[in-house]
Amino acid sequence: MTSIADSIASTRRPESAAAAAPAAPAITLPAVGERELRLDLFRGLALWLIFLDHLPNNILAWLTIRNYGFSDATEIFIFISGYTAAFVYGRAMVNSGFVIASARILRRVWQIYVAHVFLFTIFLAEISYVATRFENPLYSEEMGIMDFLKQPDVAIVQALILRFRPVNLDVLPLYIVLMLFLPVILWLMKWRTDVTLVLSAGLYAATWYFDLYLSAYPNGVWFFNPFAWQLLFVFGAWCALGGARRMSRILSSNVTLWICIAYLAFGFCVAMIWNFPPQLGFLMPKWLERWMYPVSKTDLDVLRFAHFLALAAITVRVLPKDWAPLKSVWLRPLILCGQHSLEIFCLGVFLAFAGHFVLAEVAGGAAMHVVVSLVGILIMSAMAWVISWYKRSADKDAKKGIGNADMAGGSL
Amino acid sequence: MRTAILSLVLLAGLLAAPVARADDKRVEDKPACDVPAYLLNSESTLAKVAAAVKGGKPLNVLVVGSRSSTITSQETSAYPARLLAMLKEKLGTVPVNLSVEIQSGKTAEEVAATLVKLVEAKSPTLVIWQTGTYDAIRGIDPDDFRSAVDEGVAALQKAGVDVVLVNLQYSPRTETMTSAPPYLDNMRVVAQQHDIPLFDRFAIMHHWNDSGDFDLFSATHGVELAKRVHDCLGRALSKFVIDAAHLDQTQQN
Repeated sequence: MTSIADSIASTRRPESAAAAAPAAPAITLPAVGERELRLDLFRGLALWLIFLDHLPNNILAWLTIRNYGFSDATEIFIFISGYTAAFVYGRAMVNSGFVIASARILRRVWQIYVAHVFLFTIFLAEISYVATRFENPLYSEEMGIMDFLKQPDVAIVQALILRFRPVNLDVLPLYIVLMLFLPVILWLMKWRTDVTLVLSAGLYAATWYFDLYLSAYPNGVWFFNPFAWQLLFVFGAWCALGGARRMSRILSSNVTLWICIAYLAFGFCVAMIWNFPPQLGFLMPKWLERWMYPVSKTDLDVLRFAHFLALAAITVRVLPKDWAPLKSVWLRPLILCGQHSLEIFCLGVFLAFAGHFVLAEVAGGAAMHVVVSLVGILIMSAMAWVISWYKRSADKDAKKGIGNADMAGGSL
Repeated sequence: MRTAILSLVLLAGLLAAPVARADDKRVEDKPACDVPAYLLNSESTLAKVAAAVKGGKPLNVLVVGSRSSTITSQETSAYPARLLAMLKEKLGTVPVNLSVEIQSGKTAEEVAATLVKLVEAKSPTLVIWQTGTYDAIRGIDPDDFRSAVDEGVAALQKAGVDVVLVNLQYSPRTETMTSAPPYLDNMRVVAQQHDIPLFDRFAIMHHWNDSGDFDLFSATHGVELAKRVHDCLGRALSKFVIDAAHLDQTQQN
């Protein structure tokens, strides 16, 4: 029986070490290990799914997991981000201490922030274009969304302090806040890993009990409530720092397997009934409906969290870490995308905007949706390949001592 | 790199241009705007409407909505007026009255607070409450939105009227800017919990756009498209109300 934990204990292999080194030089906690390709694979998959889901009413969105259960790609993305962040920076914290590790985390936070501001600029360009060109009396009310353009001074400042976050731009602010607290999380984990997880669960419970939230501009709340979503991130970190290994007995038990399968089947039925209310609505008992709905994404409903856990548990069981296709050329695009998640995530959001623009201005229709989706995924994969190639060659140069970016004014 | 991406995207767009032209042609024809039966079925019934009509009493309808329940300076072509015309046509001898209360720029919470007074003033048999758009634009917390709609519907039911909820318009051009799903989902939940019919305007318009009846992406500056869509919405809504009240042809005559 294999689990995530197996990879941690496995030994480093020379050819994969070179590929792993640039993105994650310290992916070796607590023992020396090779890059966990399954994490890359599923993060890449999450990025593709997020892109497909962001393209409005895309037929291919029917391929994404959100239609077949409670949770969706966001859970995968946040969990794996927590896992890999703890892996990379946890090592730094052990080796170089709290200050150095924190400084490196903050540098990463800055990168994500800059990426977010870049995406906001693209959004601004799109919305301004629509505001000046589009004038359909049918939608005079919906056009009210552009009203913030009347007060750009306020809106832009609110965007810079992350209070104004247009649709589809909510994930990065969540990621920024979670990363900002990563030094504290890792510091606590260094002290007592399990206590940190308990504290995190406590904060999650408190969020529901006391209705904690972050307010947004012009009103409303953060779509992804960081007080709730931190649980997944911390859980990811906990798994990376030995939790997964300690859970491996639970994960390999057949009882767990059957509970997970039963729960996923339940989630599937509920999702089907929700997707096809006229045909299947009668199947849903009223009391269950009353108790269950709505399944909150904002506050990471416990049904969603459990659904993700079940998916993850079955995944680590079905796909061993040495699963042969992980090395195959067919899964290469997904893995590459997962390895450069920040860049590819941003590109995906941009492509969703661009794709929607094409669908709106040039042509719609199901066939066009498929074309736009496939082209988008192709571009994401190509970009991931280019970044990977660039990092590989830049690393080679660095080893030879040439092309030092500091001489040209410093590198990011 | 970016130029390369853009040109790729545009190239992909050009390939499908013929499809777009075919769509345009269909839009020029008189719209069929059929609605599949499943979008007009409701398990919930409008008992008070049924009782009024069968008892030969006048049917008073009150439409409470935001700006998407009207067309600026074309109120007589908006869906409430079209609904009245269709109801009169279909119900024959039964007198039908309809008043419209547009509260633009108000959240569901603000509108909910006015509902009881409106009912007292107009004493309707049926209140059609269109909401959600302004809340979605303003990004009101979906939980707050749900409790507001929930309280509004509860107050209306307590006041002894039938209620139909009408959800958001399908607005493809602003789809990347507002997030409709949480508001649509919450309206569905409230409708289920109170056992009232929900007129799924979003799904119906979505269907029309997909089937090519209307090109809702269109950047038209004229009012024609809006008038045609509202005419079709009024037609669909009249059928929805009559079905939910189980008033088929035989009972009316």
